[in-house]
Amino acid sequence: MLRLDGATVRFGKRAVLDSVDLEVADHEIVCVLGPSGSGKSTLLRVVAGLQAADAGRVLLDGRDQRGVPVHRRGVGLMFQDHQLFPQRDVGGNVAFGLRMRGAAKAEQVRRVGELLDMVGLPGAGRRAISTLSGGEQQRVALARALAPEPKLLMLDEPLGQLDRGLRERLVVELRQLFGRLGTTVLAVTHDQGEAFALADRVVVMREGRIAQTGTPLEVWQRPASEFVARFLGFDNVVAATVSGEAADTVWGKVPVPAGTAQGEARLLVRPAGVRLVPSEDGLPCVVTGRTFRGHHVALLLRPAGAPLLEAECALRDAPEVGAEVGAAFAAEEVVVLGAAD
Amino acid sequence: MRLGLMAVPVAFFAAFFAYPVAAIVGRGLKADGVWRFGRIGEVLADPDIRDVLWFTTWQALASTGLTLLIALPAAYVFARLDFPGKQLLRAVITVPFVLPTVVVGTAYLALLGRGGLLDELWGVRLDTTVWAILLAHVFFNYAVVVRTVGGLWSQLDPRQEEAARVLGAGRFAAWRRVTLPALVPAVAAAALMVFLFTFTSFGVVQILGGPAYSTLEVEIYRQTAQFLDLPTAAVLTLVQFVAVGAILAVHAWTVRRRESALKLVDAAQTARRPRGAGQWALLGGVLATVVLLILVPLGVLVERSLSGPGGSGFGLGYYRALQSAGAGGGTFLVPPLEAVWNSLEYALAATAIALVVGGLAAAALTRRAGRLVRGFDALLMLPLGVSAVTVGFGFLITLDRPPLDLRTSWILVPLAQALVGVPFVVRTMLPVLRAVDARLREAAAVLGASPLRAWREVDLPMVRRALLVAAGFAFAVSLGEFGATVFIARPDNPTLPVAVARLLGRAGDLNYGQAMALSTILMVVCAVALLVLERMRPDRTGSGEF
Repeated sequence: MLRLDGATVRFGKRAVLDSVDLEVADHEIVCVLGPSGSGKSTLLRVVAGLQAADAGRVLLDGRDQRGVPVHRRGVGLMFQDHQLFPQRDVGGNVAFGLRMRGAAKAEQVRRVGELLDMVGLPGAGRRAISTLSGGEQQRVALARALAPEPKLLMLDEPLGQLDRGLRERLVVELRQLFGRLGTTVLAVTHDQGEAFALADRVVVMREGRIAQTGTPLEVWQRPASEFVARFLGFDNVVAATVSGEAADTVWGKVPVPAGTAQGEARLLVRPAGVRLVPSEDGLPCVVTGRTFRGHHVALLLRPAGAPLLEAECALRDAPEVGAEVGAAFAAEEVVVLGAAD
Repeated sequence: MRLGLMAVPVAFFAAFFAYPVAAIVGRGLKADGVWRFGRIGEVLADPDIRDVLWFTTWQALASTGLTLLIALPAAYVFARLDFPGKQLLRAVITVPFVLPTVVVGTAYLALLGRGGLLDELWGVRLDTTVWAILLAHVFFNYAVVVRTVGGLWSQLDPRQEEAARVLGAGRFAAWRRVTLPALVPAVAAAALMVFLFTFTSFGVVQILGGPAYSTLEVEIYRQTAQFLDLPTAAVLTLVQFVAVGAILAVHAWTVRRRESALKLVDAAQTARRPRGAGQWALLGGVLATVVLLILVPLGVLVERSLSGPGGSGFGLGYYRALQSAGAGGGTFLVPPLEAVWNSLEYALAATAIALVVGGLAAAALTRRAGRLVRGFDALLMLPLGVSAVTVGFGFLITLDRPPLDLRTSWILVPLAQALVGVPFVVRTMLPVLRAVDARLREAAAVLGASPLRAWREVDLPMVRRALLVAAGFAFAVSLGEFGATVFIARPDNPTLPVAVARLLGRAGDLNYGQAMALSTILMVVCAVALLVLERMRPDRTGSGEF
């Protein structure tokens, strides 16, 4: 469906998109995940033709899109802040793409009705844009983007401005909807929860380059680099020297999975892999923080003369702040990170 | 794409502005095929010319300052207050702007001059002082400030000011820090227009200034038409050109630094009924100003058109006289009343030309970038500052042979009139066009709209109001254009202002009365046209304003 070959965009000297290769298959939902300024939105703009690539190619259905103007690319784009047309009502916004394709009036009316039902706003066609809440605007923007049945639908921070409850509900609805319609989707977001819930495949970007690609599970379980690990919220990253099935770190000996390459490496220890033991049986630490997270408690441990360590435990096992505990490590929650960083 | 949009305006200005003006200047400064630039120094060394330059400048500054002082409160009232008769009042204040300068001058002469209303009542005469000129200039340009500034003001989101208030700013501080900066481009644009009009003022100064006061434009006219001293006129044209160019350059620089994407809302939602003594006092003050400054002079004009010859009683005698060609004592080949239809036809054609040329230019300038486009921005304003007399005379000597032989074509007059209409169209459209979020256009493009379609679907509905205002301005200035038209209108097809000037130029009560009657007709035509325009304006609050 979509292929990017070495797509590059420079603003002055800075490469906002640095030879990005990316493929999106038919009916696939791909989510580009990255901090702000990583080039996510520019990626979408290049595919839509709103931004010319300085180098590289954009192919849709195998056809090079160079020289094809925005309105002939047949892609859909839902803007971050919706960009609904303020002078038209809801129905006028949704029907816009159909009108541009020259659809008959009756067909327009039918499709607008269908789409508004689908996004959960039945009968809202005559409402003015200024009377809509943020969530309703979101739905109208989605209906407007879906109306012309684009071969590729792109979403820029689709749920960015909504409150948490609505976001979690909508993300499930969206995934079901796209599955039912068979829509090919390329979304960008800075929210990993959103990306993991929505996507078949996640692409992590950093400073205009792709840092990692994989299923949500793969990326979560095996972050490819320290950047990806930290972006996903993991802070237990440490320099290590691997020998045999253990590694030397400032936190002492850490077991590593069998078959790990020997020598210098960076290790990630997931908080779930930090077990609490009596202080004489492990790395002696003082509990400095305790955050209730619902089904578990996140702990912040301070070992003597070493960086802080994050741990997780069940509520009933959680020690008080100031308690002295020991930390032990489980090999299955230890990840050796790539050196390419 | 951008260059394509600019092609039409550039060609228009090259053929109908640059070429005629250059030809006139060339004719004045060239003798026996040799350029005589020494003439420039000689003319400028003349103390009389220096007096003219000095007076032109300071009276323009004083007029601009006075106009802003008197009109800015009115801009606020029109933007933010809602009161019965607002549309009517808006049309009323616009009428003076479209009156021929000659008539404005005469109306003020009738008010302030010998035997005028003030003279009769209190024995006060101002016609030999500069105050008459300044007041007539305010009368004339009041609407420029109110409409330009008020138009934008009414679309500024009041919640921006509310946000500032919540952040701890006082009422005045919130206005000064939030609203004023957003208004600065509009105020600057309006002030620039007023300065240009008063700097190049012609009819008003000639009538009210007498021999004591003369602006550059009056001097150019005298040198061209009375002394046939084309070299001096050419030098003065150049001086005016350079001065105006300098003003425009400064203006372009300030505007470029300040103009930004504004948060615009529907104008109908921002106006409120007046509340509190302060707002009522302001509204009262504005109404009083409008009565004294605009209605009284216009009333005197109507009164004179209705009074019988020799001041005996009232009647429609002067109006009846307009229906026959002979009544003017051989002044006209056709009944003066036909000038009404000529004027309307010319003005409609000129408005159409100005909207196409100015609209394309504004669309091209919206996505501003590069030195070329910025230069173009300033270029569009030049016709406002260049002597209309020179342009008209230039049309006569250049557009009389192939490939542009327009001597016998009716289009000649609308072309000259459109020249002064285009800057209004651009100036009115540009701030609003630039405030349209570019991403709305992108959203339309992604949904399958070609660039042209996106402009039509997104920009046009949002700027429809500005477009109507622009059309109104273009129509008005075309209707009232005098300096250039007087040279090129054919004797059997005079426009209203030309007919008025011809009647005023002849002695006798009958001619004077007919001039007043014709001016009154022009005033009514303009008022009706503007009222229609005001009604066409999309207004969601609907009726109930009258």
